[in-house]
Amino acid sequence: MNDPPPLLSLRGVAKSFGAVKALRSADLEIRPGEVHALMGANGAGKSTLVKIITGVLPRDRGEIVLAGKPVVFRSPAEARGAGIVSVYQDPAIVPDLTIAQNMRLAQVPLAAVKAAMRDLGIERVPLSSVARHLDFAILRLIDLARALASNPQILMLDEITAALPADLSERVFSAVRNWRQRGSSVIFISHRLAEVAALCDRATVLRDGVTVGVTATRGAEETIVNLMLGPDVAKSVVAPILREAAPEERTRMPALEVRGLAHGHALRGVSFRVERGEVLGVTALEGQGQEELFDCIAGVRRASGGEVWAEGRLLKLRHPADAIRAGLVLVPANRLVSLLPQRSVQENVALAAFGGLRSWGPIPIAEERRRVEGAVAKLQIDTRAAAEVRRLSGGNMQKVVIARWIASGFKTLLCFDPTRGIDIGTKRQIYALLREVAGGGASVLLFTSELPEIRLACDRAIVLFGGKISGEMAAADTDEARLMRAAHGLASANTPAALA
Amino acid sequence: MTLATESFGPSRKLRWVGWVLRALGMPALLAAAIALTRLAHPDFGPFEIQTLALGALPLALAAAAQAIVVISGGIDLSIGSLIAVANVLSASLMQHATFKESLAWSALVLACGAAAGFSNGLIVALSRVPDVVATLTTGFIWGGVALLILESPGGGAPAAYANIAAGSDFGPWLPNALVVMVLAVAGIWLPITQTRIGLLIYAAGSDPVAAFRSGVNVRGARTIAYVFSGIACAVGGMALTMTTGIGAPLAGSYYTLSSVAAVVIGGVSLAGGRGGLIGPVIAAVLLTLAPMDLVFLGIDPNYGQVIQGTLIVLVVMVAGFFAYLQERK
Repeated sequence: MNDPPPLLSLRGVAKSFGAVKALRSADLEIRPGEVHALMGANGAGKSTLVKIITGVLPRDRGEIVLAGKPVVFRSPAEARGAGIVSVYQDPAIVPDLTIAQNMRLAQVPLAAVKAAMRDLGIERVPLSSVARHLDFAILRLIDLARALASNPQILMLDEITAALPADLSERVFSAVRNWRQRGSSVIFISHRLAEVAALCDRATVLRDGVTVGVTATRGAEETIVNLMLGPDVAKSVVAPILREAAPEERTRMPALEVRGLAHGHALRGVSFRVERGEVLGVTALEGQGQEELFDCIAGVRRASGGEVWAEGRLLKLRHPADAIRAGLVLVPANRLVSLLPQRSVQENVALAAFGGLRSWGPIPIAEERRRVEGAVAKLQIDTRAAAEVRRLSGGNMQKVVIARWIASGFKTLLCFDPTRGIDIGTKRQIYALLREVAGGGASVLLFTSELPEIRLACDRAIVLFGGKISGEMAAADTDEARLMRAAHGLASANTPAALA
Repeated sequence: MTLATESFGPSRKLRWVGWVLRALGMPALLAAAIALTRLAHPDFGPFEIQTLALGALPLALAAAAQAIVVISGGIDLSIGSLIAVANVLSASLMQHATFKESLAWSALVLACGAAAGFSNGLIVALSRVPDVVATLTTGFIWGGVALLILESPGGGAPAAYANIAAGSDFGPWLPNALVVMVLAVAGIWLPITQTRIGLLIYAAGSDPVAAFRSGVNVRGARTIAYVFSGIACAVGGMALTMTTGIGAPLAGSYYTLSSVAAVVIGGVSLAGGRGGLIGPVIAAVLLTLAPMDLVFLGIDPNYGQVIQGTLIVLVVMVAGFFAYLQERK
């Protein structure tokens, strides 16, 4: 085979953040005139790689060659100057400037922008309108128009179709196809395998910071999914864990029921129910609406539509206190958000139980100590550093958050990625704890980005994709390949026969 | 999604109201305040106008200095001290100077102001210490420098120099102070708005991440804003020398918080990226007029501070209410 020389090639690119190795050895080769997909599961290192290519982050090791010359970009401006322009997930449009001013800011000729806007079908948006007043979807297209107008050699599109209605997505695709005709290349980052297959020529797949494969995309969805999962998981058939039958008593009132919950364009009508004594797993790739889902149920954000019912009662969620009063308590992903890092374990655990404005006056110290000590002992929290929560390990901090709710009482525990960055032993303890909570008659809604957790801790799982539920299955029936397909919006999740 | 017929904005009516308020609100407020003053004090004439303009001139420049920094996404709490330095520096340099020498010294003071602003900007940009902390501490330094230059009120300037602001060469109803105010603010503002600098400053203040990704040197833009702020402070300090005739090392402290007040009342968003200089300058005049009115009405002028604070709270609330309406659509 006689390949043309690559336009851009990266070899052995590595990047660490402290002890965390985001990229270990990434290779990428972009040919002139191709649309190249960059794929990978959560935490595979895609976004780090993109930031290195566009000069947002410096690389630790490795080599970047653009059109035969080694290059180092120290800022987005330098990468832009070299002809690498990217369109990010949140449009890089300054909200208080007009569209025309934004174009001048990036020193892009207005005539070219107008031409690109015409290609994208948004020529009727006046250039004098202030960006703040425009729709999110239109801002993304304007951002794309600006990128096209600067006539880059390599155009990087990061989840460009997220939050775009179908007709606008189609316009973006045709613009990208036209763009390729001119001999320029596109790096296309998307969670949507169907789009990748339809639009891209080749795909590079990252896993754990390493390039694990390059493949032609047409008809290769399965290959890509398997590459993303890795050899250990894709082929292995895990024996289903035996557990007592889920309390499938539909006649009883569910502990939590969500009907058509929506939040802007991030969450678009999600409905499900969690029975008493059930652990319902939720999984999704990054940014598919899971944060909005949990925040809306916990009263942290206000939903733009839909209803939340708890034990047959419609809730009015204006403040986290409303959710807590209804027995819905949140264990957020960022432990530090919900803890007072300079205060003691005891105070942190007691906070929720005595946080109400009505509990004025002296705190019943004996009662507080009894409850706190009970919860701490139950969770086996390492109390050697109990004087200040910030000195605890991540796993123990997470236990403090859970202990707080155990001490104050709840009906449904909303756990958002509780095991992120926690050692395996503590993870086990947290799974066991969640099962125990469910065994005691409470219910758990557990979001996890680690797919094997679904089998270990849950009774049932739903998968979110693009703000909607793209798959629902009993935990015993899940395997990572099925979850991964659903998380990438492949319709096969509910119909295993279609996989053959 | 129907793109063709979409109204590109919240609601046209709301935007129209917002535009009118922004463009005409402050001048209308000033006109109303002056009309009310004349009602309360029918003798309000050229002398009072002159007093008002003299009093408002240094504050107007402090407000301009603050507005530029706030638009760029920062805040400058060293403004009062910088004005004090410019004030005592000019008063001690010009005490025995001729008019022409005084003009030469003015150029030096301007350069010092720019340099001080540059160092503020550099500290904020390089150290990434929050603006509030960085400028509060540099403010202490400039305050000390002012005392080193002149430890008690003194110095002076030639009469012809003081007359630049204190005279009324354009007739009794148009005091020089007003002309100087307009020219000085225009002289600082036009180079910003008529060049790319303005675009960079607004972009850096509005959304630093988006600006960075658009290829803007955000830290550079912030530093430039501080340089312009330093120049405005230097002009403000010299205006103080012209209007009071002396240098006073402690006179500047009033201007730090009052400049923030003027900026907020003048419609500049403390979050950065929004507003201009005309609003804050008019607000500076209003803030000077308020205590005068209290005297005319026979009320203790110390209520001025209460009124100032109340105005800020009201303005911030109203601005917040409009922002809320627009978000909600």
